[in-house]
This record gives sequence, C-alpha cells and structure tokens, in this order.
Amino acid sequence: MNVLRDYIKSLFLLELMRGLALTGRYLFKKKFTVQYPEEKAPISPRFRGLHAQRRYASGEERCIACKLCEATCPALAITIEAEPRADGSRRTTRYDIDLFKCIFCGYCQESCPVDAIVETRLYEYHFENREDAIMTKEKLLAMGDKFEQQLAADIAAQSQYR
Amino acid sequence: MSDDQMVTIQVDGRELKAKAGTLLIEVTDAAGINIPRFCYHKKLSIAANCRMCLVEVAKVPKPLPACATPVNEGMQVYTRSPLALAAQKGTMEFLLINHPLDCPICDQGGECELQDIALGYGNDASRFVEGKRVVPDRDIGPLIATDFTRCIHCTRCVRFGAEIAGIRELGATGRGEHMEIGTYIEKSVDSELSGNIIDICPVGSLTSKPFLYSARAWELVQRKSIAPHDSVGSSLNLHVRRNQVMRVHPRDNEAVNECWISDRDRFSYEGLYSADRLTRPLVKKSGNWVETDWQEALEAVAQGLKRARGTSGNRLGALLSPGATLEEFYLAQKLMRGLGSENIDFRLRQSDFRAEEPAYPWLGQTIAQLDELNAALLIGSNIRKEQPILGHRLRKAALTGAQISFINPLELELNYHATQLVNSPAGMISDLAAVAKALGGYGGLIDSAEVSDVHHRLAEQLRTAERATVLLGNIAVAHPDYALIQGLARIIAGNSGSLLGYLPEAANSVGGRLAGALPGNDGSNAQEMLSNPHKGYLLMGVEPGFDCWNPARAMETLGQAEFVAALSAFRSQSLEQVADVILPIAAFAETSGTYVNAQGEWQSFSGAVAPAGESRPAWKVLRVLGNLLDLPGFDQVSSEEILAEARQVAGDRKPDNSADGGVAYERLLAGVGLTRIGDVPIYALDPLVRRAASLQKTRDAIEASSRINAREAAMAGLADGDKVVVKQDKNSAKLRVVIDPTVPDGCVRIPAGLVGTDTLGGQIGDVTLEKA
Repeated sequence: MNVLRDYIKSLFLLELMRGLALTGRYLFKKKFTVQYPEEKAPISPRFRGLHAQRRYASGEERCIACKLCEATCPALAITIEAEPRADGSRRTTRYDIDLFKCIFCGYCQESCPVDAIVETRLYEYHFENREDAIMTKEKLLAMGDKFEQQLAADIAAQSQYR
Repeated sequence: MSDDQMVTIQVDGRELKAKAGTLLIEVTDAAGINIPRFCYHKKLSIAANCRMCLVEVAKVPKPLPACATPVNEGMQVYTRSPLALAAQKGTMEFLLINHPLDCPICDQGGECELQDIALGYGNDASRFVEGKRVVPDRDIGPLIATDFTRCIHCTRCVRFGAEIAGIRELGATGRGEHMEIGTYIEKSVDSELSGNIIDICPVGSLTSKPFLYSARAWELVQRKSIAPHDSVGSSLNLHVRRNQVMRVHPRDNEAVNECWISDRDRFSYEGLYSADRLTRPLVKKSGNWVETDWQEALEAVAQGLKRARGTSGNRLGALLSPGATLEEFYLAQKLMRGLGSENIDFRLRQSDFRAEEPAYPWLGQTIAQLDELNAALLIGSNIRKEQPILGHRLRKAALTGAQISFINPLELELNYHATQLVNSPAGMISDLAAVAKALGGYGGLIDSAEVSDVHHRLAEQLRTAERATVLLGNIAVAHPDYALIQGLARIIAGNSGSLLGYLPEAANSVGGRLAGALPGNDGSNAQEMLSNPHKGYLLMGVEPGFDCWNPARAMETLGQAEFVAALSAFRSQSLEQVADVILPIAAFAETSGTYVNAQGEWQSFSGAVAPAGESRPAWKVLRVLGNLLDLPGFDQVSSEEILAEARQVAGDRKPDNSADGGVAYERLLAGVGLTRIGDVPIYALDPLVRRAASLQKTRDAIEASSRINAREAAMAGLADGDKVVVKQDKNSAKLRVVIDPTVPDGCVRIPAGLVGTDTLGGQIGDVTLEKA
C-alpha cells in the first residue's frame, strides 16, 4: 500500500507543490520590512545595548567599586581601579569597558549590587579612532545621565522578574 | 592517665589517633576534617566564644565546641550530624543578625571567613526584622582601617594584643549586643607587629589602610618571597596585580616567622612606588643630572672606574648595602677583585674594626631555639624594634620563665619582664666588664671593674641557666668600642657556658660575608674607605647620608672622589650630591636572589614583578659592567648561575661565631661630656622603608630630635620643644629638644638615618648642645 502511495506522491510532485504554495502565499502577503533607519523595530526593556553608569537622584554616582562586574565579565573587557575618595567612601578612579572585547552578555548588569552599570537601548554608534572604543567612566556617566529616565523605567519593569 | 598517652577517637566514622588532652579541633585540622570556626586560632588562647565549631559528641546531650573540647579515649564525634549542623546553622543566624550586608564595599569580600562559612551554613534570608547595631569607627593609626559594625566579637585581635604583641591595645567593652572592640582610650595601635591583626580578623573589621579599596582578593596573584629588612628573613607572600605589588602577607614558616610578620615587612612595599623611584640611568653632565640610556651610562661607569683606577686597583672602593642579595654581593666583589681592589665592605654602620671578627657571625642558634632559652643577655640591642620577630620569640621565652636582661644605653619599652641595665655607651663597657669579672674573667679593664649586685645577678642568671645566650645587637655594632664589647661578650658567654650570638642588622648581613664582600688582605674596611678618600667608588643600594655610621664624613669623603658610580633604586639627594652616574636597579620584589638569614639559612626567591621603568636587577648591571671592563667570569645568564658559583666559592663555610679577640684594646669613647646615642629607628633602616609612606606616619617613625632626660635638660637649661644646635666634631644640626626619660644621664639620643640628623657625625660619640 505504502509503495503505491509514495509512487503517486512523487509522480504528481505533491511535496513540491505544497512548498510552492507557501512561497506563493508569502508573495502576496503584506510585507513587514522595517525601513531602517527611518523606521525602527520595537525594543525589549531587556535589550543589551551600549553601557551606561547610573547616579542616584542626589547626583552621587552609584558605583562602589566592588568589582563584581570585572570579575564576572567573560570577555575581560572591564578594568577598574579604585581608592578611598576624599570623604572616605569607596569609589572608582578608573572604570573602562573595552567595547572591542565586550560581547554584550549583560553579566555586568546582572552582577551589579547597586544597579550602577547597566546596558541602555542604544545600539547605534561607531568609532573613528581605536581609543574611542574604550568607554571611560566619564563617558559611561554621561550616557547614564542622558538615558536615566528610560533606564529607571526599564529596571522598574524588570524588577518583578529578578 | 599521662598526657603523652595516645587515644583513639572516631570523627564522622573515621578513626583518628591523638594525644590525650589535645583539643578536638586540632585533631580534626590535622586530619583535614573541616569544622567551621571564627574565634579559634592556632597561635592564640582558646576563647570558645563564637560557638561556630559546635559538634555532636556521642553520649553528650548538647553539642560541644570543638576548639575547647579535649579528646578522650573512645570519643565519637559527628561534625555533620543533624544536631551539629542545626547548632552551626543557629550560630550562623545569630552572627548574621548584626553583621551588615555590605560585602560589596568591604575589603574582606572574597577572602572573608564569615562570607565563606555563611555560604555553607547561612540562610538566604534573615528572619531578623529589628534594627541592626551600628558602631562608630575608630581611627587606630595609619596602618589599620576599622569598621567595627562588621565585628563578630571573636576577640582574636584582643587576644593577639595580649598574647603575641604583648600590649593590650585593643579590648572589648560592654556586653552582649553592646559589646564593642576598641582602644580603651583614644589612641593608635602602635605595636611593631600590629599588622597581623588584619590577617587574623575573620571579617572586614580590621583591614589594611594602605591597601584600602584598591584591589580584590581574586584579582591578586600570590608569589612567594623573603622579607628584605631585618635578618629574620620572614617568609612572605606578595600579592601582585598588573605588575604591581598590592600588599604583603606572611607565609607560614614555623622555623622562622611562624604565621606573623612585622609591620616593616608588611607595609614597606609602598616604598616601591614612591615618587623618587629611579627609572632611567642618570649621568651628571657639567653639574646637571641628565637622563640617558643604559649604553651611555654603563660606558660612563666603565670608563670612570678605569680612569679612577689608573694603575692600581687599590684606588677603588666598593660600599654595598647589607640588604643586597647574595648574588649581588658576589658579583660586586668579583668585579672589584677583578679590577684589583680589595676594598669592599657592607658593614656601613660599624665604626670599630679593631677586633678580629668571627668569619661568619650569626645568631649562634636557630631562630626557633630562642623560644626555649632560660636566660639571655642582650648587649646594645633594641631587639623589639630591630628584629621584631626575634623580639617576639624572646618574649615567648620570657613568658615561660626565661630571665632576659639588657645592657643598653636606652631604656627599652618592653612587653615582658626583663632586667634592664641602662648606662651611657661608655658605662656599658664598664657594666660588661663587671659582669665578666663576676663570671671569673680577668685581664685589661675587667680587673678594674667594680662589680655590683646587679652584675652578680646577671652573671648568675647566665651561669645557672640550662640554655643561655649572649646576643650582640645593632647598637653594640655602632659602638666606637665594638671590639671591646665583642671581647667582653665572648668572655661572658664563654665563662657562663652561654651561646654567643650576633643579631645581624640587615636582611643579608650574613650572606654578604659568605659571598666574600669583605675587604681582603690589606683592603680597606667601610670606615677606612669613608675616611680616606679613594679615587673611585662603587656604591650599591647605599644612601650615604643615611646608611653610614658617620654620614657627614661619608659625604665629605665621597665628595672628594674623582668618580663615584652608584647603583640605586631611588633618587636621593645625598647620592646626587656625590655620585657621577646613577644606575637604576630593581628593588625588593623585582629581582631574584638569595638572602641568608640570622640562622644561616639560604633562602632564595624570585622576582614577583618586573623592575620599575628601565631599571634592571643589580646582578645584571654588575654582569654587564664586568663585560665592559673586559673582566673574565662575567658570563652568567641567570641569578641561579651566580648562586651556584657563589655556593661553590663559599664551599662548606658555615656560620661560625668563634674568634680569638680579647679585651686588650684601648677605650676610644671616654664618655666625659654628653654622649650621642644614634640608634637607627625601626622605620629608618634602609632606603625602601624610609620611603614607605604609611610607616612614616606611625608613632615609631620618630622625627629627628635631640632627646634627653629631665635632669640633663634642667642642667643645660633646656625645656621640651626648645631648639638646640647639636655640635658633633665639626658638624652641627639644629634639632628640637624632647624630654625622654628612657635616656640615661650624660647622654642625648639623636637617632640616625633621619633627615635632620644626616649632617651629624658618628652614631655614638661626643656632642655638645647649645640653645639656639
């Protein structure tokens, strides 16, 4: 019986026809191409884009130089140096992320006990010099200041899943 | 049942044998069975107050603390039974009630005993909802940072202070939740071993201040090394990150430093990164220092030495730091001897070379044997500050009943009971002669000595003790009548049946001799080299203003030389004044080498980090100099090769204190007027420690001052804080007067090796004070 059925199937190219039918359906369906950069795709609050360092509402930087992000970074992209600040608090004197090394895994954000290092939704950037690929502390804090509202909202949205 | 009896116990089903009466935790530790603990420390007394080591013992209804339970025959112990685990978990919950959750900003994070054990025994959430305790931090000095909110009251630091450091500096006040650790009165912790409380603190209450917040335990790479300051040669672990020494920890070595190190060994690494670290060769061109490359600098040295040498090698002299490695000593003496000079010395702080010295003076016994002494006489030694670990060993002996006595020109602040005979430097000789006379010595000045009760008592102590020793310290070495002191000490030791020992000043004072870095036949010793100008000098690791017995004369003599080449790790004013070329060399932790410690043990170590900038290990510099000067035998490519060669040359030379020196020497120090006592303070010993910023802020880092007792001050019409002009020979210095009751009559203590006293003369000698 099976032999006969297979024979008929292959004789009338049934499999091929079924495939072509799918192609045909999509050919006449409404297209969903996003006209990037004029149009942009929606982004999840979990998106892992360029890094930023956040501040508290008082303006005090959050990072306390615990170095957990440096330890957890699988690409060894983070370099931190720290010392007591004049007021005795523990702060970084250097916080560099090498974007050539970074694989945007988000472990740094995950490990941060004070939500200082985060990844923004920004994914459009370029460098014109090699040294620009180093996100220094100043650059990170500037990023944080720029996107604080969005970042705070994203973290609040995600907090129930953490 | 005798204490030596062996018993068999069962721990978690394993049969273990142990001496009856041993503590359970010691037995399990030896067997590798882990029991969590906080307050127990193998070198401290048992407090049993943290309750973390509770274990179940069969037939005992409640769990028992393993650290305070002696083992008995047939004992059955369960360390992981439900009862034991419940007890440990309960204890952990209580400990975590008040412990802050600030691990991310705590320096102990990552190497914290509480953190580790909490991972195994703690709950993930606390049931405690009441307010947590907060304790204000106290400033206890420049070395130790405190955060007493984190304290879990194990009292290890308190017991360390009482039992090891010998000063009750820290204590616990209040009870229960209100218990706080602190200094009883507002003061700093000043013990020379204080840094060890950083290691023994199981949490982050006590952390290192110079290291504060700078690195994490997991970033650090641990490398073995040997301490570069005193002659103990403590075993160290250097913790290195990105080619920088971040901190120094002790490495357990029962035979030498047990598990402690002195603060000097722990914090001197800061000096490596001081601003005046030399990173490029310097050449003096028409009076100005110019940075140059190695090629030019080395050729300048080779040509300079050749020119100064002329036709006779005798015109050259080499002065080496006693902290140099054996390999450096060996190559330096080989270089000088290759140039035909026998003028080589490293005994820069010795002025009296009249006596025939023993070939290889050493401690005379092993370091561990100091623990078991019954009596000891220390001559001219502030052992507690000069060799802190040996001081600790001696204290251990004293606590078990040993009679320790000192003959010193200064009254020492000791942390055990000892007899102190404090007399002026000239009076010291008389005291020694009297003790020698009491022991039946004769000849020379002994015959005329007046023997008093105390001398008889000292003599008797040494004679009746089973194990007694006579030790010569650093102040004795600096004494202008060192020859006499050695002779008298030999008689005292010989007649009382004691061991004679030397307390070598620096890390490699013993090694220098084994490597042959001493003047040969007709060679000049350090004092001769520094009094009679030679044409050319080679200095290695020496700052002439601070490292010599008579800095003023040293500077003058070196200033008259035609050519002075210096190998130094640091820029230094006194060096720049006299030298013509300064070659940057690797400092401690940057070079491989060997130190021979006081007990004659050869301890090799390798470099932990690369030398700073363009500096190079001194042995490489000396090797290349040998090549440039066309000398044979300078083809070594590693320090191990040099060591092998030095070992071969040293052959079976063993440390040996025997010599024939008698007491037929003239007394050079009359001690008529005021005598200066120029001891070297603990943190002024060598160029590295002088640049360790945090150590220089401690109470032990005394400033240049002129210290006299109240009687002398009244006679001279001086008051505390007055300025005086101190005149010694033709040199003078303006110093502040400090009233110091530890200084005997007829003496003024003006420490050596400090800025301000580097313009003066010999460490011990006649001075006059004039009110400025």
